[in-house]
Amino acid sequence: MPATDTAVLVPEITARDVKPEPRGWVSWVTTTDHKRIGILYLVTTFVFFMMGGVEALLMRVQLGAPDNTFLTPVTYNALFTLHGTTMIFLFVVPIMAGFGNYFLPLMIGARDMAFPKLNALSYWLLLAGGIVFYMSLFFAPPEAGWTSYAPLSNSAYSENSGIDAWIFLIHLTGISSLLGAINFYATIANMRAPGMGWGRLPLFVWSLLVYAILLILALPVIAGAVTLLLTDRHFGTGFFDQSQGGDPLLWQHLFWFFGHPEVYIMILPGFGIISEVLPVFSRKPIFGYKAIAAATVVIAFLALLVWAHHMFSTPSATIVLIFFMISSFLIAIPTGVKIFNWVATLWRGTVEFKTPLIFAVGFISVFLIGGITGVFLAVFPVDWQLTDTYFVVAHLHYVLVGGSVFAIFAGIYYWYPKITGRMLSESIGKWSFGLMYVGINVTFLIQHSIGLDGMPRRVYEYPDVGHLATYNLISTVGSFMLGLGVLLTAYNCVRSLKKGVKAGPDPWKGNTLEWFTQSPPPVNNFDVIPRIRSVEPMKDIRRQVARQTDGSGNLSPEPAESKH
Amino acid sequence: MNTMRAALAPAPLRTRRRVFALSLLAAIVGILALSGVASADFWTPESGGSPQAGSIDTLYKIILAVAALVFIGVEGVLLYSLIKFRTKPDAVPVQIRGNTRLEIGWTLGAAVILVVLAVVTFAMLDDIRNPPNSDADGFPTDRIANVQNASAYQPRPPNGRALNVEVNGQRYAWRFTYPDGDTNTLNNVFSYETMYVPTKTTVALTIRAQDVAHSWWIPALGGKADAIPGHLNFTWFKVPQPGVFRGQCAELCGRNHADMTAKVVALEPAAFKRWLVTKKAEIKASDEAAGKRRAEESEQLEQGESPVSEDLPKAEGE
Repeated sequence: MPATDTAVLVPEITARDVKPEPRGWVSWVTTTDHKRIGILYLVTTFVFFMMGGVEALLMRVQLGAPDNTFLTPVTYNALFTLHGTTMIFLFVVPIMAGFGNYFLPLMIGARDMAFPKLNALSYWLLLAGGIVFYMSLFFAPPEAGWTSYAPLSNSAYSENSGIDAWIFLIHLTGISSLLGAINFYATIANMRAPGMGWGRLPLFVWSLLVYAILLILALPVIAGAVTLLLTDRHFGTGFFDQSQGGDPLLWQHLFWFFGHPEVYIMILPGFGIISEVLPVFSRKPIFGYKAIAAATVVIAFLALLVWAHHMFSTPSATIVLIFFMISSFLIAIPTGVKIFNWVATLWRGTVEFKTPLIFAVGFISVFLIGGITGVFLAVFPVDWQLTDTYFVVAHLHYVLVGGSVFAIFAGIYYWYPKITGRMLSESIGKWSFGLMYVGINVTFLIQHSIGLDGMPRRVYEYPDVGHLATYNLISTVGSFMLGLGVLLTAYNCVRSLKKGVKAGPDPWKGNTLEWFTQSPPPVNNFDVIPRIRSVEPMKDIRRQVARQTDGSGNLSPEPAESKH
Repeated sequence: MNTMRAALAPAPLRTRRRVFALSLLAAIVGILALSGVASADFWTPESGGSPQAGSIDTLYKIILAVAALVFIGVEGVLLYSLIKFRTKPDAVPVQIRGNTRLEIGWTLGAAVILVVLAVVTFAMLDDIRNPPNSDADGFPTDRIANVQNASAYQPRPPNGRALNVEVNGQRYAWRFTYPDGDTNTLNNVFSYETMYVPTKTTVALTIRAQDVAHSWWIPALGGKADAIPGHLNFTWFKVPQPGVFRGQCAELCGRNHADMTAKVVALEPAAFKRWLVTKKAEIKASDEAAGKRRAEESEQLEQGESPVSEDLPKAEGE
């Protein structure tokens, strides 16, 4: 187009061939829309959650009676390996990425993620990882636990290909999470709405930022470690083989250098969800926004310095034990600060007992137990008695089920109306919560005593001594209540797709930008992107609307600013 | 009676729900308390076999007491806020955004609790980590030498004397080797699964693994010590009274991990001495029998004029 200064600009009509939007399943396979990818993540990971749950229930049936023969040791070992790996790598970590995918751009006022195609790749790599891993069911599933300690995971002791499937799962889901993390980071750093400085970032987005940074720091370590394991298994190297100058302890160090940050990768976005839900339903600003955001960053930093508290019973110098005890103690402080701030957020509010709030409050009350037992385990002489027993199983499930899962369910009940445009049933939701809450405590509280009574974890049977039979039966009964509670929510989600009450754009009177758009949001998310003036932009917008509509306000109408 | 009738009358929905929740809570607490009465180790780790298990138990109880206070405090405030500040028609939420003094206060409060726990741990550490001397009427033991290139920590009593038993984890059994004065360790007294030890005597364990990682654990005798291939680990115990203490491998080691059990039988020093002597004699006898059998076999081979009788063992050995 020869545009010169002298030529008169002639209006020009350009025509572009607009291809019809793909429909049906093709549209889901080819989509790069962050919302659709988010839904794919959420649904896929929930399916994996149910599979991991069935594995857990099978194990609880086996342990329901002493000297039970329901499962063989081979099946049992495979089940706890599948269960742990599924829940961590195919459920908790990626479902947080699912919420992040859907809500991160909406909450910061962006129209999509920074790299939409990379985003799609992340999802498909995750699915590929899950499929590769579960294909091992048809050959020989791995039996070395989700930690796959060398030398047990080495070819001399695990000849079959299950461990290789596990290694490829780590690689595929690892690349998936790494790409997702880079995407989150780039999106948060570059695509915030005008006016949204770091001090106005929603706390869920803060937690996603830290989640992304931790993933970027920790995942390369496990990727390297499983690659070394792979070459040990197949190409004759001896990185973890003491007879070739390697060291089995090297595996433990590398694994936990990743593994402990992984714990915080699983819980920090949950903290973020809680920090979003509590202020909305107590109709109060979050108490101590800066303290909570800072605590998130401090937890992430300390999370990189506590790994050897998983290894207190290995041969260690006293100074090493003391260092890791102190660093583990330190991490309890920012975690405590968060809990105090959440309780203070409820204080003097008007608390509405909607299902998301109930799950969030359930989270605080149960996660607290997991946090406190964590202090027991940080004291290394006490840990020598408790490690590798059911006490640890109880602790980690209080943190991951009472913590992460409750936060995830709070998120599901909070955001389902935005995703689908319909409300979930409150009464089914409350029954689901009740069953899960009682179920968690009946299942896992007694497991502390099972561990204190001397029962190690990862045993397929136990003798009928002491009260082990009674305690284990109680735990098994609880696990089925928990399972039923989860099923109720799954049913609720399916049922409400059609039968749910129409939600409208902002059913909860939320604080953050995702409630500014329709439910479900259009492909471009927002027609206009408002200027952000506080950490609660929706409150500002509602106030402005009220002023302009009731006629009392004499404020001049402020046009919302478009991004382009 | 009036209150009874009032309680039985149909209450408003909200009250009924609260009553239901409270009775459920009471039921759970009741069940736990009852089973707590039934078993001494419901709340605390096992102990009673060796002094450091008792120290760990005490340390655990101190932490439990602090934890209970924190738990009751936080859950109490949480429950109070939920009941007190539940939404009411005329209630107005107070728009507070934070309080710096409060933030500093609870950060320091949490830190102080943890400092107290750390100090208590340090105060008790010596008793847990380092063994005492054997009693005067214990089993006579030799001074044990430190192992070169092992980890920095090797527990030794102040006088350096202890019964040094070697524990070898192998799928799926524990092998115990006892010092019996013979410098050739291959000839030493050994046992599988059951470890016999003298009472009133400090027993120092040197723990190794033959194949995969295992973890040595007899709950009543103290904490775990992992057995890692290529590494030596150390722990100790000292049993005051004769008794039997059971435990099992605590680190996943394969399909029969659940069946890798161990038992420590503590005998009076004199009885242990008898056991050791008998065992030594048995080993000697079976060694001699085996030697005799070998000699006979090679004699027979020679007499049978086997052409390869001289070369055969060598050929197989290489």
